[in-house]
Amino acid sequence: MSDPNITREREPIFSAKILKLLKNPFNLENPITVQVLGICSALAVTVQLKPAIVMALSVTIVTAFSNLIISALRNTIPSRIRIIVQLAVVAALVIIVDQLLKAFVYDVSKKLSVFVGLIITNCILMGRLEAFAMGNKPWPSFVDGIGNGLGYGLILVIVAFVRELLGSGKIFGIPVIPRIFYQWGYMDNGLMILPPMALITIGIIIWVQRSRTRELQE
Amino acid sequence: MQHSNKYIFIYSVVMVVVIAVSLTIVAVTLKPFQDDNIRIEKMQNILASVNVPITEIPKKKVPEVYAGFIKTAIGINNSGEVIERDPAKVFAIELSNELKKPVARQILPVFISVLKTGDSIFVVPLRGKGLWGPVWGYISFKNDFNTVYGVIFDHKGETPGLGAEINQDWFMKPFIGKQIFTADGSLVSIAVVKGGAKPGDLHGVDAISGGTITSKGVQKMLFDNLTNYEAYFKKHMK
Amino acid sequence: MDNLFNLFVRSVFIDNMIFAYFLGMCSYLAVSKTVKTSIGLGAAVIFVLVVTAPVNWLVDHYLLKSGALAWLSPQLADLDLSYLSFIIFIAVIAAIVQLVEMVVEKFSPSLYNALGIFLPLIAVNCAILGVALFVQEREYTSISEVTVYAFGSGVGWFLAIATLAAVREKITYSNVPKPLRGLGITFIITGLMAIAFMSFMGIKI
Repeated sequence: MSDPNITREREPIFSAKILKLLKNPFNLENPITVQVLGICSALAVTVQLKPAIVMALSVTIVTAFSNLIISALRNTIPSRIRIIVQLAVVAALVIIVDQLLKAFVYDVSKKLSVFVGLIITNCILMGRLEAFAMGNKPWPSFVDGIGNGLGYGLILVIVAFVRELLGSGKIFGIPVIPRIFYQWGYMDNGLMILPPMALITIGIIIWVQRSRTRELQE
Repeated sequence: MQHSNKYIFIYSVVMVVVIAVSLTIVAVTLKPFQDDNIRIEKMQNILASVNVPITEIPKKKVPEVYAGFIKTAIGINNSGEVIERDPAKVFAIELSNELKKPVARQILPVFISVLKTGDSIFVVPLRGKGLWGPVWGYISFKNDFNTVYGVIFDHKGETPGLGAEINQDWFMKPFIGKQIFTADGSLVSIAVVKGGAKPGDLHGVDAISGGTITSKGVQKMLFDNLTNYEAYFKKHMK
Repeated sequence: MDNLFNLFVRSVFIDNMIFAYFLGMCSYLAVSKTVKTSIGLGAAVIFVLVVTAPVNWLVDHYLLKSGALAWLSPQLADLDLSYLSFIIFIAVIAAIVQLVEMVVEKFSPSLYNALGIFLPLIAVNCAILGVALFVQEREYTSISEVTVYAFGSGVGWFLAIATLAAVREKITYSNVPKPLRGLGITFIITGLMAIAFMSFMGIKI
């Protein structure tokens, strides 16, 4: 990098623009609560925190790398088979993640069951590939993937935290509600473990977020 | 961007080859780790069925503990003769594959654990069908081949909160101490009774309310699998 | 027969694709604004499910599963290609959707007008891949079981989206708190509907 001309042309690795790509998905452009992408495959794994975190990381890895690969290839992909190429890259990455999970965190992978495979049809992936990676350079695309994956993961983790805490009185499988509460008549709410409460929890998260950020209101 | 058909064709061929090769490499390199996990899970299940507290054993120690508890394993056929004596080979038997074969060619595993008291415990694998998919488990008997010593069940996709409860302690614990033969020696297995078993019932446990089909699946699994072992059990019963 | 009917009822009401597994939520939320389009999409989902699930089951059963290739030659009996299943399933689904679109366009323009615009959306609908993966995981043993399960799941999805659309059409006239409008209230409605559907759990057939 001794040549000053080259350094001037290059953007710094973490310019303000890049940081924004990383930060926006957490609030203003959150994939779940604002872009309405990728609710499909993931809510079923939010009964406990651990699978939710593994799921969030898997999605982040797949979004980041598929964004990177597609963006690097974007000028060579024939537009007529664009969707198929994207699906193939995503599916291949998901298979790799699935195999890694099966090899190294077997018990979690059993809990996630088919939902790892369903990352393929998670709308976040196709959404970000089409909206961002096809028109941007690899590095910003990679960061965009990480940002969106984490923004998505944030919601998963919040939902899982609420459900595990209220549903079974535990965090990461460790009981946190003091015994004395139960003696006073507190009870774990079994309804929180069942699927409907995941939807309602997200509804409430959206409510809170939109009351605080007025420009998001419909 | 417009591309010729030739370009598109070559592009897709290259893509398919690259993806297929990389996936195969990943799958082949990770296969030993995955097989290891499955083996350890099987050991944990067998240990659990002889009432070893498996949650307290770190994963790496499982094979060691297993070797300490399960000293011998044999494969028997439907008429109760021992046809396989190599423990490693018996361990590798997949019950689901055996059950697909004609009865005469099935090799059925029996794992034998010797307690500190000198008594032997006999572990038998189970496999059946629940509501949504396979259910399986292991059941162990005292050396009278009649009284249940321990049991473990698991499932793939039963409804959470209902059928999925079969792998919970409250469902499994009551099996302990039940008997599978009546006093006159006919095999009745253990019934999973809807609405609750009568107190003192030697051959029945409580079903899961709302999980009727899964409960029935467990009952059928027990009966079907134990029928295969009936000849062997009767031969060695005291 | 009994078993098949049981499977059908359960896949429609109890293990509903939307309410129990959240599959196909993206299009469910995006297309449920009017009843008419929802019914179109719902019908297309049923159709595609009934076609793709059996095909994927056959592919899994005769090509991918451990030992599935034994019918070709005994040497292949040890081969396990199941790690390829995700990519093959999605390829089969995308190809069939494309094929169906072309056939429908050619032979029934009226049906194409009704379903056509939804078909491309469906290739990436989680419910379709979800059913294929559930079928694989639950080890269904016959093609009739698979078809009934796929049909039931499709009907369940159809019911869910049609009812939600009906509710949403009405709710446009209601005074919902501002931050809840649109997406927020839709999630909560779906949650309440899911609770209602859970009362089917105790059903005995």
